[in-house]
Amino acid sequence: MSERNGALVHIERVNKTFRRGAEEIHILSQLNLEVPQGEFLALMGPSGSGKTTLLNLIGGLDRPTSGSVRIGGDSIDQMSNRRLAAWRARHIGLVFQFYNLLPVLTAERNVELPLLLTGLSSAQRRRHVEAALSVVGLTHRAKHYPRTLSGGEQQRTGIARAIVTDPTLLLCDEPTGDLDRKSGDEILALLQALNREHGKTIIMVTHDPHASARATRTVYLDKGRLSSEKPE
Amino acid sequence: MRGLGLVLSNLKRRKLRTALTMLCIFVAFVLFGLLCALKEAFTAGVTVAGADRLIVRHKVSLIMLLPVTYGPRMEQVPGVSAAMHFTWFNGIYQNEPKNFFATMPVTPERFLDMYPEYVLPDDQKKVWMEKRAGAIVGRTLAERFNWKIGDRVPLTSPIWPHKSGGAWEFEIVGVYDGAMKGTDTSGFYFRYDYFDEGRAQGEGMVGWYGVRVNDPDHADAVARAIDAEFANSPYETKAEPEGAFAQGFVQQIGNVSTMLIAILSAVFFTILLVAGTTMAQAVRERTAEIGVLKAVGFGNGRVLGLVLAESLVMTAAGGMTGLGAAWLFTAQGSPVPAMLPVFYLPTDALIVGVGMVLALGFAAGLLPALSAMRLPVAVALRKHV
Ligand SMILES: Nc1ncnc2c1ncn2[C@@H]1O[C@H](COP(=O)(O)OP(=O)(O)OP(=O)(O)O)[C@@H](O)[C@H]1O
Ligand SMILES: [Mg+2]
Repeated sequence: MSERNGALVHIERVNKTFRRGAEEIHILSQLNLEVPQGEFLALMGPSGSGKTTLLNLIGGLDRPTSGSVRIGGDSIDQMSNRRLAAWRARHIGLVFQFYNLLPVLTAERNVELPLLLTGLSSAQRRRHVEAALSVVGLTHRAKHYPRTLSGGEQQRTGIARAIVTDPTLLLCDEPTGDLDRKSGDEILALLQALNREHGKTIIMVTHDPHASARATRTVYLDKGRLSSEKPE
Repeated sequence: MRGLGLVLSNLKRRKLRTALTMLCIFVAFVLFGLLCALKEAFTAGVTVAGADRLIVRHKVSLIMLLPVTYGPRMEQVPGVSAAMHFTWFNGIYQNEPKNFFATMPVTPERFLDMYPEYVLPDDQKKVWMEKRAGAIVGRTLAERFNWKIGDRVPLTSPIWPHKSGGAWEFEIVGVYDGAMKGTDTSGFYFRYDYFDEGRAQGEGMVGWYGVRVNDPDHADAVARAIDAEFANSPYETKAEPEGAFAQGFVQQIGNVSTMLIAILSAVFFTILLVAGTTMAQAVRERTAEIGVLKAVGFGNGRVLGLVLAESLVMTAAGGMTGLGAAWLFTAQGSPVPAMLPVFYLPTDALIVGVGMVLALGFAAGLLPALSAMRLPVAVALRKHV
């Protein structure tokens, strides 16, 4: 899973255009990005600049209009939808701003969801779920439904779901955007630990300088391009 | 199946909506079952009728009598293998005209031989031959009045009063079953010799004849030969196939079937809309969740399968219990035995019902499932759970 030059994420001259009626909107233009294995990258930028769009391209949830997206040697922009879904299941863990837990399932069932796509037996799945819940410190809430959990607990459930398959890459879209400072800090500490102690490569979109301070590197997206300097 | 838990959890999400939809489907399939039983009840007499039997009656009217001596003469007609006479007795039990059932004097050996669909145990048959006042009754009728072998049953007849001026006394000596499910077992048959010596008038006369022919293909020719045999006699006859005996009816039965099919089509179209709307709403309100499933790697086929499975579980829960309820109800026997002696849910109707449940589940879930499948994951995720 590593490139010649050691980069896990390799994005080259990517363009992304959306069509709104007759009008074409260019969101990403000739964008390049390399993320080495083991990095904790913060992605910042004004609202509407295309951060979620970029994250979707990296996670194989969407395709670039042109350019190449290679993750660990897989050219995911070339894959069929079916292969892409299977690839996501193996390599990508996603954490969302609004947690996106299924309300009808308990915390542990939510965490188990990605494992349903693997060949694991139910006993094995239970062990993985327990391990993931203990990493996020939520073992005692396993049987709770999302609506009975606090925002911070819901987000920790979301993180447990993202790491339960031990993915190559963790993509977080404003994971603290809906949380108070204290819960947000706990989530950030958790992500930091996953990066440092478990060696997870993480890309995190955030508006919060406090959050980006936890990352090992910060890049800024503006007018379709990335820079390492905060734009004016 | 993995994910069945998710399917069931999703169904529980809007309990009231799911329950109401299931109730609609349940009612539709109860209706389906009962209408099928009703259709069977109307058509049973026709489908069960033997192709090799003729009915011979008085040329003028069914209520005019024929001599009992015609029987042996009919059996002389080429192509006839047996002739059996019947007389409408119109027996009334407990002086209550509502207690109506078919009562007829017959010649036991001939009768049982000619109507193999009435199954009577050999020992009971023997007793019937021995006891002049013996009568056999069908299973349905025996259960209706809780008659047991050995019971004495007095009947009165407005057509055939007893010479003594009192009631006719019968002893139940046998209970017959139907060889087929559709066989009418609501009849009461007793001996002609007992009838003939007891009646106050009309000795030697009978109502009509059932005639068995050797070759069903020549039934029409034999019927013409029988009528020719008795032409220009004081009692001219009209012979016709037993199936055609109910011909007046057949036209109506056709109409009944068409009507039932029309009702059922309307019901199922409505149910399809109800179930389809429920599924469409279920998918629409879950757009973001479908996005999550796809994001964590559920392929399009799986998403399609989950929605279809949900639709199938919902319709199966309503439909199968509905069919079950209809079956249980019809298994209790006819609610109006006097009007509809044959009343049951045929197995093939049950199979058709199960097929319709599955087709309904599939049809109701298909469009919502396809739209869930086609939903691009990045678009779906932009909605919040
Ligand atoms: N499917 C789509 N069709 C048309 N326009 C889209 C589509 N998806 C996103 N956009 C537009 O692309 C632009 C970038 O969206 P994106 O969600 O990537 O921004 P963002 O940087 O994540 O913003 P925020 O910080 O508010 O989350 C927005 O103007 C958005 O309206
Ligand atoms: Mg965004």
